[in-house]
Amino acid sequence: MAHSSFWGYRRENNRVGVRNHVVILPLDDLSNAACEAVANNIKGCMALPHHYGRLQFGEDLELHFRTLIGTGSNPNVAAVIVIGIEPVWTKRIVDGIAATGKPVEGFAIEQNGDINTIAAASRKAKEYVQWASEKTREECGLGELWISTKCGESDTTSGLASNPTVGNLIDKVDVQGATTCFGETSELTGAELECAKRGVTPEIGKKFLNTWQAYMDEVIEPFKTSDLSDSQPTKGNIEGGLTTIEEKAFGNFEKIGKNTKFVDVLEPAEQPSSGPGLYFMDTSSAAAECVTLQAAAGFVVHLFPTGQGNIIGNPIEPVIKLTANPRTVRTMGEHVDVDVSGILRREMNMDEAGDALLDMTIRTCNGRMTAAEALGHREFVMTKLYRSA
Amino acid sequence: MTAPDFLVHETKDTVGVIVVEGIEAGQTLSGWLMETDETLSVIALDPIPLGHKIALGDIADGDTIIKYSHDIGKAIAGIGKGHHVHVHNVKTKRW
Repeated sequence: MAHSSFWGYRRENNRVGVRNHVVILPLDDLSNAACEAVANNIKGCMALPHHYGRLQFGEDLELHFRTLIGTGSNPNVAAVIVIGIEPVWTKRIVDGIAATGKPVEGFAIEQNGDINTIAAASRKAKEYVQWASEKTREECGLGELWISTKCGESDTTSGLASNPTVGNLIDKVDVQGATTCFGETSELTGAELECAKRGVTPEIGKKFLNTWQAYMDEVIEPFKTSDLSDSQPTKGNIEGGLTTIEEKAFGNFEKIGKNTKFVDVLEPAEQPSSGPGLYFMDTSSAAAECVTLQAAAGFVVHLFPTGQGNIIGNPIEPVIKLTANPRTVRTMGEHVDVDVSGILRREMNMDEAGDALLDMTIRTCNGRMTAAEALGHREFVMTKLYRSA
Repeated sequence: MTAPDFLVHETKDTVGVIVVEGIEAGQTLSGWLMETDETLSVIALDPIPLGHKIALGDIADGDTIIKYSHDIGKAIAGIGKGHHVHVHNVKTKRW
């Protein structure tokens, strides 16, 4: 089977998407109701309700804008309606997305009310949905594909088989010029020195270590009330046999393959700008937060190995679920896109598993719905750095 | 090739991972050392669930547990060969 091309939607800025969403994007919590009303009126568009956007400031506000602008700018999105309570920040989101060249229009609720806003936004959404529905796919090389990865509800089978399967794929697509991303800052604890060695230069390795240390100093240390043994590993991880964060970290680290080096370290939701290759992004290890940030950075398809059965999806990028745990395959099969439990039985080697995952990745990019898409999983979770003003 | 009962990542590792369900105390288990493709054998001395670890040799209280050839924490009790290795007898060194 040829694993060198896929069929995608080429956008105005020449990035390639694998989905064709029309998104109704709220600036803030207050605008969720109007966005959901528009998505209910106009079939084929999607509202992305979230909890934040009021009285944020500083770095947290910058991340809020970067996440929303990045989400709308993702090449899996054909066109965007932005609705906000007031026009100034609404326009900031619209202008940010408009830089991609895609259709985007903003609507503000103050001085209009929900009902007039919903009516106007619905008319525009109908126009966008019909316009987007005529977009067609074209054949693209794997070098144009942006792939993110993050694991969840890991167990020891993740480190043995499903994570190295992702690593095998990363090694294969890296040499074809794909752009890839891993994150989970706290979850590399114990393996951070090994991870730093995978930076493309010692400087990039040091940049990773500084990011990891800052997470420890600024997030973990100030807020912990006891040690993190009840959170990292999670209860599900422990049920699955993972005992310590160090053990979990070395399993996690298997996802970046044997040979691939990371070319840069990204802020949360920051778009890669150092060309093709593997990137580390500073993220929480909570699945939905991490994938939301990766999608906002422009990644279009996600590889999600699980042990005990994390069921996450994402509204913007399809999330492909793989597991090597035979009990998870048996009890939660409807969530599993790729079963690599054969590795544990010595029926399948890592190269075969990587090929099976690559095959499913290309089928998914070509339009096949993932288990999470079919089951309606659209977890969209903004990362918030601290309390609002 | 028969399916193994447990897997070991690397030669230096002091623990293996059970990859089948229903392991009971007294069972002789066959293991696959992935790094060298060797076959190992250990008698389980506890019931050990799928995904949980088995001691490949005697581990003293305070010993470092090695998996992936790396330090994954320390024993907080003596663990005999064949016993279940988990949160009741191993703790992180990080937090």
